Amino acid sequence: MATATQPVEAPENPLVEGLERLPVRPTTLVIFGATGDLARRKLLPAIYNLAHEGALPERFNLIGSSRSALSHEEFAKQASEAIRQFSRREPDQTVLHELLSNVRYVPGSFDDEKVYDQLRSALEAFDEDAGQPLNRAFYLSTAPEFFPVIVERLGRHDLQCHDGAEVRAIIEKPFGTTLAEAKELNHRVLSVFEERQVFRIDHYLGKETVQNLMAFRFANGLFEPVWNRNYIDRVEITAAEDIGIGSRAGYYDHAGALRDLVQNHMLQLLCHVAMEPPVHFEADEIRDEKVKVLRSIERPEPDDIDQIAVRAQYASGTVGGEEVPGYLDEEGVPDDSTTETFAALRLHIDNWRWAGVPFYLRTGKRLARKVTEIAITLKPVPHLAFQQDGGSLGVRPNQLILTLQPNEGVSLSLGAKIPGTRMRIRPVNMQFLYGTSFMSQSPEAYERLILDAMRGDATLFTRNDEVEAQWEICDPIVQAWADAPGPLPQYEAGTHGPPEADRLLEGDARWRAV
Amino acid sequence: MAATGTVDTVWRASDTTPGDIEAALRHGLAEVHRQNQSYSPARVLNLVCVVDAQYSGEIANRLRGVGRYHPSRTIVCAVEPRRAKLDAVATISAPAEVGRGELGLLRETVVVRVGDRHLRHLDRIVDPLVVTDLMTCVWSPHGHAEAVDSLLPLAQVVLLDSVDEPETDEALHRAHDLSRSAYVVDLAWLRSTPWRERIAATFDPPHLRPELQRIASVTIRHHPDSAVVGALLLGWLASRLGWRCTPMVYRSGVWQGSVSTRRLDVRLRLEADSSLQVRGLAGITVETASGRHFSLDRGAGGLRAHYRHDRGTDRTWTVLGASRGEPGILGEGIRQALLRDPTYAPALAAAERLLG
Repeated sequence: MATATQPVEAPENPLVEGLERLPVRPTTLVIFGATGDLARRKLLPAIYNLAHEGALPERFNLIGSSRSALSHEEFAKQASEAIRQFSRREPDQTVLHELLSNVRYVPGSFDDEKVYDQLRSALEAFDEDAGQPLNRAFYLSTAPEFFPVIVERLGRHDLQCHDGAEVRAIIEKPFGTTLAEAKELNHRVLSVFEERQVFRIDHYLGKETVQNLMAFRFANGLFEPVWNRNYIDRVEITAAEDIGIGSRAGYYDHAGALRDLVQNHMLQLLCHVAMEPPVHFEADEIRDEKVKVLRSIERPEPDDIDQIAVRAQYASGTVGGEEVPGYLDEEGVPDDSTTETFAALRLHIDNWRWAGVPFYLRTGKRLARKVTEIAITLKPVPHLAFQQDGGSLGVRPNQLILTLQPNEGVSLSLGAKIPGTRMRIRPVNMQFLYGTSFMSQSPEAYERLILDAMRGDATLFTRNDEVEAQWEICDPIVQAWADAPGPLPQYEAGTHGPPEADRLLEGDARWRAV
Repeated sequence: MAATGTVDTVWRASDTTPGDIEAALRHGLAEVHRQNQSYSPARVLNLVCVVDAQYSGEIANRLRGVGRYHPSRTIVCAVEPRRAKLDAVATISAPAEVGRGELGLLRETVVVRVGDRHLRHLDRIVDPLVVTDLMTCVWSPHGHAEAVDSLLPLAQVVLLDSVDEPETDEALHRAHDLSRSAYVVDLAWLRSTPWRERIAATFDPPHLRPELQRIASVTIRHHPDSAVVGALLLGWLASRLGWRCTPMVYRSGVWQGSVSTRRLDVRLRLEADSSLQVRGLAGITVETASGRHFSLDRGAGGLRAHYRHDRGTDRTWTVLGASRGEPGILGEGIRQALLRDPTYAPALAAAERLLG
């Protein structure tokens, strides 16, 4: 049972009005898995950049914990090297030195009770030094099997609450690899922490581009009148990569494209496209709306999986002029692997706004190029006056393309007259690129997410029911694919994916070129 | 001169007109785009700089230092006292290399050599050169108030640095006057931003918020040229906390005074710190009637914070943060041209009342 203290009502702070950076309560951040790849590449550089910009709490302490036997000084040295190597800016020596001058490191196995005794001592020492109870944030940047282990020991050592301060648990993905695992993990986490203390990371939500989807939909009146089944024919969400699995065979061969991208990131994109406008831009209101969308998606039946889902593996081919091996020839991949590197789904959202509109989701590795986009195809005009030479000339339904990467922007395809004496039409693009209109460099997703978690703002984190609703959709597919024998359909590396994906399309729809 | 990693397309003309310059830019942009379709013009902000021609190189250097906060179209009006005709150089800068699928942002700079005689109606020269529908910001670091006044009808933002004004009270009055016609981004105000953030954070814990009503004294230490930064910081506190401001007195290099609140009087002190090498603030100390002393001072790697309570607590720590430096301040000023800070105008008004 969770016993965290409730937030205390306090008078307003009149000094925060107009500030771009709102105050964050003094905090000690504990990173479990502090010597791991994610911590080195993302978390420590993100913390440094927050420090550089003066965005960390007025009092900030860092504790690392992992199995490596290191002293405080050795960990600080490793952290410094990681920051120098991976930070988006050249570190300022004085800031870096100050950040790491008082860092603490607790070595040991995550199931070792002594680790938590040492952790408590370090946390209390920081509190004593500050003369106040500091907020505590536990960042679980470990292999997922340690999530419940760590959470339960935090509870056992009474570290899930702290009188006069807030305690938060930040949990990395994957949050379970099946519905049952996600439920079990939620159950174990929520038996120690309250939901408001839990921040489940989906780093996609920290990306400026994803947040821009909300601004695009809810700050512009132009599109809302047509944002429904009466005008929209289909929605196509693509997350294509031109790279292979690199050195991630160990992880990827257990995950596959569906778990790696569809269950979390792509369903988040779908939610952002399909959700109703929240009344207020607040964490639970937004997440309520997203959960409504997810629950409106019919749970696939085993017999329907072949009709709504396609998987495949990349074969050898040429990408960017280079010969590349097929998935089964990648280092670390078993010869008989049936892990998909391409997944495509057709989903329907059974609600008033979206009934009958297919949502196509497609992701894959070693495709023709790297692109993440949402293509919204409008219905054709009801009557076409331009009948000429046996038919209309190049008139296509309008398409609204929201590109998330590589060039974030919005484009709208319109029919326009080709200059000349005849009435001939062809599609043209009206394009807007975010990069041309903003000077600011977007912060790394982890900078935003770490800061929000320390501030207690859960808007960009996944709630327990949201994770489970995502798994409700993907789990039947995961199970069906696990039960089906291989080998999988293959697609040549550097192409647009397997032809089998075409069978998902309804009517005369075609996949957009990657 | 091409900056490292850029390719510049340059057009020059003597005895030219704004119409010719604008046409040259338009043709140049079309041509550059035709050469490489990854190139696209940045469309964020017009920055109109009015500078003395002999110092235009220095201003160009300052603008180069702002990095990613470079405006999309910069129009530099370089003033030569006796010039009668317009000469112009228009440059379109493109990144030399654009990766596959990436966007190559184009930035345009127009340097127009003008004479004193053009300043009164400088808007007639500048208007055809700004990109329509983009925010236009005017920056005139060498004075030329007449030119600024003529540009106000087409500008939405005026960028200035009140620290440049020799007299603190005049600096505040000038900013106030300009703010009647445009949104003012004052670099002096931005120099106080980290301090404002930290003071707000210091009093943010719920148990400390009531202390804001018990502030008994505020002392601000500043670079000898930067009293105006301290005045704006005091003005901010006064306006946010509802203090009734009365004029401070300047004596022996120190501004002193007091303001009244509902509960008590607050002693104010604004003193120069000659040891500070850079413009801006050196430190602030806030004392409360309940015996708390908070101070923040510049230090290595951030601000050095010190907290003392009369009942015996005494703690010192570092609030992390890197110095932005002068290029960073200017870049921040350009970025702020696109934002609106609702607390600046009340702070400015309060500072004016304090420094009379």
